[in-house]
Amino acid sequence: MKNSVNITNFRQDFAIIASWVKFNSKVLDLGCGDGELLQFLSGSLEVKGYGVEKDDANLLACIQNGTNVIQMDLEDGLSGFENQSFNTVILSQTLQAMHNTEGIVLEMLRVGQEVIVTFPNFGYWRNRWQITMGQMPVSKTLPYQWYDTPNVHLCTINDFDIFCENHNINILERKVITDGNEVSFMPNLLGNLAMYRLTAKP
Amino acid sequence: MSENNSVGIVAPQIAHFSEALPLKSGHVLAQYDLVYETYGTLNAEKSNAVLICHALSGNHHVAGIYSQNDKYPGWWDNFIGPGKPLDTNKFFVIGLNNLGGCHGSSGPSSINPDSGKPWGSAFPIVTVEDWVNSQARLLDKLGITQLAAVVGGSLGGMQCLQWTIAYPERVQHALIIASAPNLTAQNMAFNEVARQAIITDPEFHGGDYYEHGVVPRRGLRIARMLGHITYLSDDVMGEKFGRKLKDTIKYSFDVEFEMESYLRYQGDKFAGSFDANTYLRMTRALDYYDPALAFGGDLSLALSSTKAEFLIVSFTSDWRFSPARSREIVKALLDNESKVSYAEVTAAHGHDAFLMPDAHYHAILRSYLSKIQIGNHHEK
Repeated sequence: MKNSVNITNFRQDFAIIASWVKFNSKVLDLGCGDGELLQFLSGSLEVKGYGVEKDDANLLACIQNGTNVIQMDLEDGLSGFENQSFNTVILSQTLQAMHNTEGIVLEMLRVGQEVIVTFPNFGYWRNRWQITMGQMPVSKTLPYQWYDTPNVHLCTINDFDIFCENHNINILERKVITDGNEVSFMPNLLGNLAMYRLTAKP
Repeated sequence: MSENNSVGIVAPQIAHFSEALPLKSGHVLAQYDLVYETYGTLNAEKSNAVLICHALSGNHHVAGIYSQNDKYPGWWDNFIGPGKPLDTNKFFVIGLNNLGGCHGSSGPSSINPDSGKPWGSAFPIVTVEDWVNSQARLLDKLGITQLAAVVGGSLGGMQCLQWTIAYPERVQHALIIASAPNLTAQNMAFNEVARQAIITDPEFHGGDYYEHGVVPRRGLRIARMLGHITYLSDDVMGEKFGRKLKDTIKYSFDVEFEMESYLRYQGDKFAGSFDANTYLRMTRALDYYDPALAFGGDLSLALSSTKAEFLIVSFTSDWRFSPARSREIVKALLDNESKVSYAEVTAAHGHDAFLMPDAHYHAILRSYLSKIQIGNHHEK
């Protein structure tokens, strides 16, 4: 499910996520892959971390490295997780591969006091350029061809901002990075990876 | 692969307990025997023990063979042995026959020391809680204060769960496979039909058939046939037997379909080797187990005292102990911030899958067990 095989800015995106997660808090990582992010967070912040993963091979990898992992399909929502039972729920570079995109974000806000969502920004200029040149974008953050991509709901930073506004979601913080560097000028054009810290509006 | 990594020839041992065991029913067992087997070597600190809890028809003979020519190894031999997922080079594995059983532990078919005759109907109804208490006494006898792990499937998984509730300090890890925090009404209904088949057999004699020199064979056979239907998935039955005929349709009630042949074979085999009174008690233990009951139905509260780390495993095609039931345990553990992993193994074999050597399933068990650090007492 996870797309992060060769994301160049993964150190930086992990560091930003870590800066948004409280020490010793309870964290749920959706689409946790082999548990790399949770390992990082437990190492640095001693979080009580749990991953959710659908894929058998990733699940096995988590068990091998001692990550708590729950096997389930995110498309079915987060039934089995109590309201507001986690300090932070993370969806790292998985949003774009979800079919039930709207549902999962709302479920995350139900289960988590805070929510972290990161996704490849489809508005990044290199993507726009490739489309202008007449082809679907292929890059380090979007490494797939149009015919084999798991990504079904790609969006831009502007799209996601509007999504949050329409769904009563409070954006606590937004960071945009490209090749590990933060981008503050024209992020929807120059930013490669979008990172949001969210809560539900009261 | 089965030859060179078997635990080899094993022999059961019997532990006698003369300290009375109070049972949940209010009865007291003044004395009792437990038959057990062990594989591997208990380390000097006695910290590498793993207890295997058996399911409905299981017993203490979990792995290995009884003689060089023994063609039937223990019931979970594919899982236990040197280099196998539960590695006897690392762990000291204990299998026992539960109280009420019919393989050497005190039960309805064993001799009541007070009367000198088989217990029969007088043997009390034992519960999962009673079993776990008796297992704890066996560990006391072996000098084991804490288990590295307790492992069980189905009814065995319920015992694992009970271990973590009743003896939180004594369990480091619990591996609960194809199990549930209690039985659904449908599941209990199957048990009731099985029991009725036995109890209404004219040769049941109120449970005291031993003194009449008969066994309620027909009832036990039907009970087991019913069980086997529920242990398999529709898909696997379809794949294994489909509508295949043994010969041609004969317009009779003899065995005509392959499926009938399978069920009758399983029923006959079981009825010739298992005790009907034990079957009744095992199904009752299943029915009664409900740790949340004392907590107003709140499983999370029931598990709040546990200290173990958990691996919960279910199988997609298991409809007798469905994945949803395992997820209830997972949810309760998450509510308590317990360390827990949950695997939902894609498998065609229904409830029976937990005894099959599926590669991914065994890889999960192997990986989890290999991560266990011996003697690393838990801290929560």
